[in-house]
Amino acid sequence: MNDLRDLYQQLILDHNQNPRNFGTLETATHSAKGHNPLCGDHLDLYIEIEDDAIKDVRFVGTGCAISKSSASIMTTVIKGKTIAEAKELFEKFQHMATTGEIDSDALGKLAALADVHKFPARVKCAMLAWRTLTAGLEPGSETTTTE
Amino acid sequence: MTRELADITHLEPAWDLKAVRRDFPLLELQQDGRPLAYLDNAATTQKPRQVIDAISDYYRRDNANVHRAIYRLGARATEAYESARRTVASFIGAETDKGIIFTRGATEAINLVAYSWGRHNLKPGDEIVVTLMEHHSNLIPWQLLARDTGSTLRHIPLTPDFTLDLEAARKIIGQQTKLVALVHKSNVFGVENPVAEITNMARDAGALMLLDAAQSVPHMPVNVQQLDCDFLAFSGHKMLGPTGVGVLYGRPDLLDSMQPFQGGGEMIDRVTMESATWNDIPWKFEAGTPNIAQAVGLGAAMDYLTAVGMNNIHDYLGQLAGYTRERLQEMDFITLYGPPESSSGIVTFNVDGIHPHDLAQFLDQEAIAVRAGHHCAQPLMDCLGVAATTRASMYIYNTTAEIDRLIEALRKAHSFFN
Repeated sequence: MNDLRDLYQQLILDHNQNPRNFGTLETATHSAKGHNPLCGDHLDLYIEIEDDAIKDVRFVGTGCAISKSSASIMTTVIKGKTIAEAKELFEKFQHMATTGEIDSDALGKLAALADVHKFPARVKCAMLAWRTLTAGLEPGSETTTTE
Repeated sequence: MTRELADITHLEPAWDLKAVRRDFPLLELQQDGRPLAYLDNAATTQKPRQVIDAISDYYRRDNANVHRAIYRLGARATEAYESARRTVASFIGAETDKGIIFTRGATEAINLVAYSWGRHNLKPGDEIVVTLMEHHSNLIPWQLLARDTGSTLRHIPLTPDFTLDLEAARKIIGQQTKLVALVHKSNVFGVENPVAEITNMARDAGALMLLDAAQSVPHMPVNVQQLDCDFLAFSGHKMLGPTGVGVLYGRPDLLDSMQPFQGGGEMIDRVTMESATWNDIPWKFEAGTPNIAQAVGLGAAMDYLTAVGMNNIHDYLGQLAGYTRERLQEMDFITLYGPPESSSGIVTFNVDGIHPHDLAQFLDQEAIAVRAGHHCAQPLMDCLGVAATTRASMYIYNTTAEIDRLIEALRKAHSFFN
């Protein structure tokens, strides 16, 4: 059972049950839809950008504990970051989710998701919110998928 | 026998369950020091050594290309392949093995009909009828066909208790209907659909009848003449056979009138640089070197199942699914899906507050393999109002002890995540 406790850390279970920044955002300037065709999970992300920085961000959707908590933790971390900083975090998070190598200084509590790399089928779940975010930050973005 | 089996099941299968389990090498597999409870049989079953050996023996002793060789080895390969075809014909009660086409699986079998019959017979105004509980393999080929021919795809909805709405079906199936493509047994609910009623409607309308039998042929006696279908499609790997082989049964006169599916060697009679004439059925539909070893393996799987007895299998899987539903209903945090009556071998459910993928991950840690997701039936999931469900599906080697392990693990999962 050790492996499973590593995957489902308390922080993840907490964010799954009580997702932060859950809901729509009327002041959103950007939005994107994410979708995982493997399981039918979907996520709508609303972002308010002001002066090249993420002023506010919210999400709605259904998904597994990994995808939901990843989205929730992501929103708490990127709020206040510049677009460039958010994109840099995406790169670091993706590297961690696929290799397990953690840049602790940069990632902070996002490191709770590091162990998904041991469960290859679940990496997509952790990446869904982040892929949706990078799509949402691009102009003319639409639905993005994990494929 | 019951006393001998008491440690693994309280049911009374008509076969020696322990001996059957010993036939399956993979069931000896330990995961984290525990035997794997394999409950994903509707996706694919495990293979007995009789099937593994038949494939291995074919490659060791009989391997050559079929139908063309003059030498004796080639004749043995051809006989092994054609003998498997006769086994299939007999297994599903076909009048002749001319109506048995080996395909890559049920999906390719259905696509064959959509291409070879559909694209040459349908026009705008014509209608194809399916149901809301189709696997994508019996939906997407018809969507593509409707798109390419300008014909219309319609579907029979479900009643509130998730059975086919036959009243609605009577209104939908009419003179404009050219084909009814129906799932014989749902891969989500395990329920057997009322084939006779729907076939009568199709006959009255002058429409052809195709059955997606991917879940029924492995689970119950199936006789194409009694079913009175024009086409029937199923896969080998869901019934102890290898992957890469499936079957399309077609009414021989209909197959004769149809255009080829793929072009190449074997399916031809006479070829010039400009044109060709076609081989007789079934070979007209088997272009290229066929899946010989897989067909041989499927023949061995059918021999194995025949020895166990398809009626016995149907009874046992019904009892096992019934027991599973009963145990699941003990827990107030479980939602069961599908018609209320007991299904055969397939039980679909969700646990409150746990996404099916998290649940399947947890169960894997307990050495229990179940399926989580939309089961290639997204429209049905939409109808149920869920993105995904968890499915436990059993086969001839599963035991009530394994179901008890599942129930225990579900209780643990519920307290872990909630």
